[in-house]
Amino acid sequence: MNPKDALFVIVASWTGLSAIAVVVSQNIVRSAAWLLFSLAGTAGIYFLLGADFVGATQLIVYVGGVLVLVIFGVMLTAQGPFISLKTSTGDWGIAGLVGLIFLGVLSSSILFASWPVASDARMKDAAYSKSSVALGQAFLGIKEVSGPGNVTSFPSNAPRTRLPMGYLLPFELVSVHLLVVLIGAAYLARAKRRLRKPR
Amino acid sequence: MFVLNLLSNYVGIRTALASVALIAPNVGDKDFERLKLRIILTVVAVIAAVVLITFMLMSAIFFVWLERKVSARIQDRLGPTRVGGKFGWLQTLADGLKLLVKEDIIPTVADPVLFRLGPYIALVGAYLAFIALPFGNRVVAFDMNIAVFYMLAVMSTEVFGVILGGYASGSKWSLFGGMREAAQVVSYEVPRAISVLVPVIVAGSMSLSVAARAQSGPFWNWYIFHDPFTFLAFWTFFTCGTASCKRAPFDLAEAESELVAGFHTEYSGFRWLIFFMAEYGSMFAISGIAILLFLGGWNTGLLPFELSQQFGIVGNIVNVIVFILKGWFLVFVMIWVRWTLPRLRIDQVMMTCLRYLLPISCFLLLGVSCWQLALTRLGWLDNVRYLLAGGSVLLVLLFLVKALTSASAANPTQLMPGPWQLDRAAVPDVSQSAGPS
Repeated sequence: MNPKDALFVIVASWTGLSAIAVVVSQNIVRSAAWLLFSLAGTAGIYFLLGADFVGATQLIVYVGGVLVLVIFGVMLTAQGPFISLKTSTGDWGIAGLVGLIFLGVLSSSILFASWPVASDARMKDAAYSKSSVALGQAFLGIKEVSGPGNVTSFPSNAPRTRLPMGYLLPFELVSVHLLVVLIGAAYLARAKRRLRKPR
Repeated sequence: MFVLNLLSNYVGIRTALASVALIAPNVGDKDFERLKLRIILTVVAVIAAVVLITFMLMSAIFFVWLERKVSARIQDRLGPTRVGGKFGWLQTLADGLKLLVKEDIIPTVADPVLFRLGPYIALVGAYLAFIALPFGNRVVAFDMNIAVFYMLAVMSTEVFGVILGGYASGSKWSLFGGMREAAQVVSYEVPRAISVLVPVIVAGSMSLSVAARAQSGPFWNWYIFHDPFTFLAFWTFFTCGTASCKRAPFDLAEAESELVAGFHTEYSGFRWLIFFMAEYGSMFAISGIAILLFLGGWNTGLLPFELSQQFGIVGNIVNVIVFILKGWFLVFVMIWVRWTLPRLRIDQVMMTCLRYLLPISCFLLLGVSCWQLALTRLGWLDNVRYLLAGGSVLLVLLFLVKALTSASAANPTQLMPGPWQLDRAAVPDVSQSAGPS
């Protein structure tokens, strides 16, 4: 087993164990802390695979943003000093059923999908890990065109064509959607002021 | 000691690069060769990690001493003078020893797991940032092409240590401190990231090494002088960086006049120490980003060539020393600011961010984008850098001349002017020996 595989096993089991701890933990803040470790472990897997940009984004979006929100929520809802959650047996059953179904979907898709193997030289090329460059160019509509059904490997001298639209427009649309959500949240959270009636 | 450490770091990274270069073109297909290279790579990685954490903790020791000394001089005191002979060099070691033998207290109402976990999360967040921080040309543990993004992402996890520590202490003061820290850091992250984008647009890369390499040569090549927008972006970034390190005037999380000690009220001994190691580590990391993106990185700014390309490893060592000295200077500025400015109120902190820093940084981002576009048409705009660099140097020189020529205000043999001067007889000794003219 080479060091990369060993590291993957360590990081992946760390992520999985933290994810289990999120579910099992009774204290809500503790489970939020375990969620932090699980998400950071996912980011670690991305780093391990050479996708630095995705890993850093995972950190800044999930670890930085969502977990602060979780902790805010926890702090604002907690009545006592340390609240604990008690899961009823029925909830355990339903959650376990849903989890098992999801596990089945995932493992069947892993087992039955055909996985094209990228060329060996490409995998070992350290310069190819410039994920941000490819991503940024794809935003502007410059994509490497891949062959049909061949997802992960590109022809070595594929022509770079400029497609009419990149990912920039959908990305901007999604951010406008976020803006709508923000305005709605600000409207809901704002203290209601009664309009003064004209005499 | 630092030089030795960095030398081994440099050698280690060169070896790592060489071994990677050996692996990549499929030279060593034999299993034995591969195994050997893997072992070398692992050892080198461990060496780099150990060297970086040593550097971080050693500079924290230095910064604690510096903080004591600078604060003392600003408050007209002497600070530590005895431990370790002159200047109290070893004061921090004495402090560390004291903290190590202190009783380790966990409050009975605290959540013991999270209480123990908090400081380590903060320390790991600060330490991970150092992995992508280039100390010189190719003197970096892992040269990412998105280094600045990675560093900001990792350093934003540091806040969790503070929040968890504040929450788990089971004390209202700690909880207030943690909540304030959360609100403050989450707000200041936004203008900090936008200010970082300004030099990133100029450099055309998020790699700190690329940005620093582009600033080699004389100091007017530094990005801070590139155009008016980057010049202002340095100040917004440094302000936000100070705030995200929870340094005064933004140290609301530990405001000792309001919250006892804020998030670390219940901490004592070693865990308290770790919180402060993390704080000083992230101060150096933020200063490092500021230097690499604005202040020329490891370049001296005086020589027209890149040292490491001219003199090889000797030039590289000089580069690393230059970088560390620049970093220490920025940390000194943070300490200087801390002991000069009064603490803001929490609403003032939020207002500074949301009403001033955020719009300013957005404007700077827009401005620098337009500037880069205009540069392609109007080449003479490139000369603005000489104006900015010359003006800044002139200002600094004027300040220095004024500071050196003006009489010292804190002359201990002379009474400061005040109402007591009316009654000279009451203080005969001092006024006579001083002889105020």
